Amino acid sequence: MTILSVQNLNVHHGLLQAVRDVSFDLAKGDVLALVGANGAGKTTLLRSLAGAHLAASGRITLNGDDMTAVPSHQRIARGIALVPEGRRVFSQMTVEENLLLGKSSGRTGEWTVNRVFDAFPNLLPRRHAKTGHLSGGEQQATAIGRALMSNPDILLLDEVSLGLSPLVIDRVYAQLQTLLTSGTTMVLVEQDLGRAMAVASRVICMLEGRVVLDKPAKGVTRDQVTKAYFGLHREGTGRAAS
Amino acid sequence: MIDTLIQGILLGGYYAVIACGLSFMFSVMRIINLAHGSLAVAAAYGLWLLASTFGISPFAGLLIVLPVMAVAGWMLQRYLLERSARGGALLPILTTFGLAIVLDNLMFEQFGADTRSLAPFIGSLSYDSWELPGGIYVGKLAVMTMASAIALLGGLQFFLSRFALGRAIRATAEDPDTAGLVGIDARKANALAAAIAMVTVGIAGAFLGMRATFDPYSGGPQLLFAFEAAVIGGAGSLWGTLIGGIVLGLAQSLGAQVHPQGFLIGGHAVFLAMLFARLFLTGVPFLGRTGFSRTGLPKIRAALRSTP
Repeated sequence: MTILSVQNLNVHHGLLQAVRDVSFDLAKGDVLALVGANGAGKTTLLRSLAGAHLAASGRITLNGDDMTAVPSHQRIARGIALVPEGRRVFSQMTVEENLLLGKSSGRTGEWTVNRVFDAFPNLLPRRHAKTGHLSGGEQQATAIGRALMSNPDILLLDEVSLGLSPLVIDRVYAQLQTLLTSGTTMVLVEQDLGRAMAVASRVICMLEGRVVLDKPAKGVTRDQVTKAYFGLHREGTGRAAS
Repeated sequence: MIDTLIQGILLGGYYAVIACGLSFMFSVMRIINLAHGSLAVAAAYGLWLLASTFGISPFAGLLIVLPVMAVAGWMLQRYLLERSARGGALLPILTTFGLAIVLDNLMFEQFGADTRSLAPFIGSLSYDSWELPGGIYVGKLAVMTMASAIALLGGLQFFLSRFALGRAIRATAEDPDTAGLVGIDARKANALAAAIAMVTVGIAGAFLGMRATFDPYSGGPQLLFAFEAAVIGGAGSLWGTLIGGIVLGLAQSLGAQVHPQGFLIGGHAVFLAMLFARLFLTGVPFLGRTGFSRTGLPKIRAALRSTP
């Protein structure tokens, strides 16, 4: 069952077109890994899905409702939550306050402050600490918990491993594992190809704003993704050696 | 000497009340409202009009004037500041400067150059006092002003830290983009913050009118005192504003003891001394940690981040 549908989406940063004619459908329970080089338009695509950056043209529908012009604070109320790149926790506020802010959209569900602390036990002792004083891993857990507090239908995760040590990334992914297996629909942007393909059910590779590869994770090899990543899959693009 | 200190502290209570809205608006919306003093005078004229034409006591008049100020704050944010903010960080400041000129001259046109006061409408409160041991008299109104300052700043602090709406306002102040992503309507949060700020301006106007006289051009000095108190206290910090007000009040009272002309000079000297001390000690702009480090740096980071 299609939950999120993106049709011919174009997103601009001023004169720069960051997302070009992107289309895909997402079924309930899908875990989509969005890969691509820096500047491929992954973050911009996620931000436009979350409403933080409105599209220039194209359509985004959620359960059949047109969301294209809906601003971010209403989109989260409809069930799309983004964990932004660089975590973006409110550094002057405590962990608990950050989590409570996640409830602003007013969606009810199973996620409560205590359940987030159950899912991320490393946060519990830092409950009343300002998030600006936390480690990167703790901030990331806070950002994910804050998004979960809105009880989203679709969770968008933008580079959760950015700036974290491999050990901490392992821990964040271990904590995400319960979500991944619980049937939450997810879109994750990840630089680490191996990790992305291990957790995803589907892979989309972007290059210069376009989708150049869209396949189930099982039916795609690392080599194919790598080729798409660098744009080597295209016929006749072999750049003449100079 | 003790008398001077006590009177200075109580005077600081008044400065804290007028600086409260300025500091709140700066910390939450990053706008230095140069129409702050003029808006306080406008509120005072509102109360004076209600008292002189309808015989409504200024305290009851607040029940009418404060909601009007709240609506004015909401509209000020929605129709003036929000629009001008799109033109850059400097434009809202210029807009409030223009608004101050318009307000001052509209009030001059309407009410003329006569000085007014709310003192005649509050009975003996304006000159009543309590006697402290040691033959020191403290004005009842001054004590009330100080109590209001503490209640106002404490109430705002409590609201910001304990209520969902307060948290939403703080989150919007820190990062409006991310606030939207967690489900906060940043425009609404800012308009609400402006409405709250204008309510405090209305209260400041009431105390301005009750403790002294005002005329259409009284806004400027009030803005200056509010600005000095807010900066001395570290702009953007609510309890700091109370301290700033008291420091300013003490400096003026002590200055007046040194020389009959020293009242204003004492205040200005302390303000400038604090300004330079902060510049030299911390090396950051005079608005302290709330200046560049909390607005400038995140903006640069956001710009870097939004580059695809």
